[in-house]
Amino acid sequence: MFKNIARLLGTRFIEFVKYAGGTSILLGETLFWIPMPPMRRRQIVEQMSKIGVDSLPIVSLISLFTGMVLALQSAYQMQKLGAEMYIASLVALSMTRELGPVLTALIVAGRTGASITAELGTMKVTEQIDALETLATNPVKYLVVPRFLALVIMIPLLTLYADVIGGLGGYLIGVHKLNVSHSMYMKMTWKALRYKDIYTGLIKSTFFAIIICIVACFEGMKAEGGAEGVGKATTSSVVMSFILIIASDCFFTALFYFLT
Amino acid sequence: MIEIINVCKTFDGHRVLENLNLNIRTGETTVIIGRSGCGKSVLLKHIIGLLRPDTGHVLIEGRDITRMDEKELKGVRMKFGMLFQGAALFDSLTIMENVGFAMLEHTNATKDEVAKRVKECLALVGLKDIEYKKPAELSGGMRKRVGLARAILLRPQVILYDEPTTGVDPIMGDSINDLIVKLHTKLNVTSIAVTHDMSSAYKIANRITMLYNGKIVADGKPEEIKDTADPIVKQFITGAGTGPITEGIDFEHLI
Repeated sequence: MFKNIARLLGTRFIEFVKYAGGTSILLGETLFWIPMPPMRRRQIVEQMSKIGVDSLPIVSLISLFTGMVLALQSAYQMQKLGAEMYIASLVALSMTRELGPVLTALIVAGRTGASITAELGTMKVTEQIDALETLATNPVKYLVVPRFLALVIMIPLLTLYADVIGGLGGYLIGVHKLNVSHSMYMKMTWKALRYKDIYTGLIKSTFFAIIICIVACFEGMKAEGGAEGVGKATTSSVVMSFILIIASDCFFTALFYFLT
Repeated sequence: MIEIINVCKTFDGHRVLENLNLNIRTGETTVIIGRSGCGKSVLLKHIIGLLRPDTGHVLIEGRDITRMDEKELKGVRMKFGMLFQGAALFDSLTIMENVGFAMLEHTNATKDEVAKRVKECLALVGLKDIEYKKPAELSGGMRKRVGLARAILLRPQVILYDEPTTGVDPIMGDSINDLIVKLHTKLNVTSIAVTHDMSSAYKIANRITMLYNGKIVADGKPEEIKDTADPIVKQFITGAGTGPITEGIDFEHLI
């Protein structure tokens, strides 16, 4: 019994170390290949469009509703105190510091991360990645770097966009439902926000972008066992990205809280 | 000359290649035969440096590719072309981009020059007017031909074929065999093919080598292999259900 538990823990620990090592090596290789020519601008722009532009509808919808729900839920308490005007500050701060970066990252991990893993996984099991190598082309340079750059550029931009749309959601509820005046809502929003709130959110989102890219590409490039293997890799990629995003969010929130 | 010296390779505790030694002579077509899963493709991937052996060496013109860095390996790979079992064409690219990939990536050739060379290579494998199609629009046999066109684009010195006739009908399989013979003569290359299709092996090979239990158990001209007295080789080339290879394996439960 004890032996079995120890064996299970040991196996899991070895798997964890292998995973951490594999993803770290992939990140190192990606950073190494970024400055190496050629730049592959066309591929980067294609990926930016896939990751960023195509995610706009879903990011808009979720941010708008989140901003609205946030305003409504806080109104439940604030109205008792007659402090509805502070809803503007609460929505603005919650969106920029926390919900904008995290929700955007989770949406992109579920949508784009899964698609990256499925695409690379299919390439792996159909030997297309081996074919790239036989054609003297490094798969990390050709496949991972454009996706990495596209994600690192687009996720912070999408986060800024989500911040604004979330604020708009709060505004719609605050002004049209809770009768806070337009000028008061805007004033309370800007009064609460500091540059720090925005850039800490953007720092977080940049790290989330790195997590999504490295996990998605790593899972895809180690997929094996045909369609079933690709399916497993895709599930594993989304689950692992979600866990790492939430865990690193907790870490960064604590770090910024104590540092600033 | 390609020399494989004492190569061992293990996957998850299962030894696939065991102290394997093989010399591939320049200008010949060597066919490596063996049962499915015996490590033929693994051996092929060692020759082009896609896999590194646990121990042993793979020498290409006297240089050990198992110790080469990325840059040196790139130089060696430019001299190789490889046809994969499922052709491994890039789904997202057109046939033009697939076949012209190496020129677009590694040379300063203009688009017109690439297009001209791609058309030449496609013509050599008997295809035309498919440059702007995607791989998904082609049949299995056509994909293999496109894969072959991609392999010969940079005029390689060595072409590797991984199960060239698997997955295509017998007529297409035979035309691929003809194509391999034609390319071998026309381009004067060293060819290495792995297959379990004996009619293909007899047709294209100057030399046949059999891989069994991670080792080379037979090596000779096609006629010598045909007339072998070795019971293992004999069972394989005749496709007999009973013999030393299947000894102790019970197929009854499959019926």
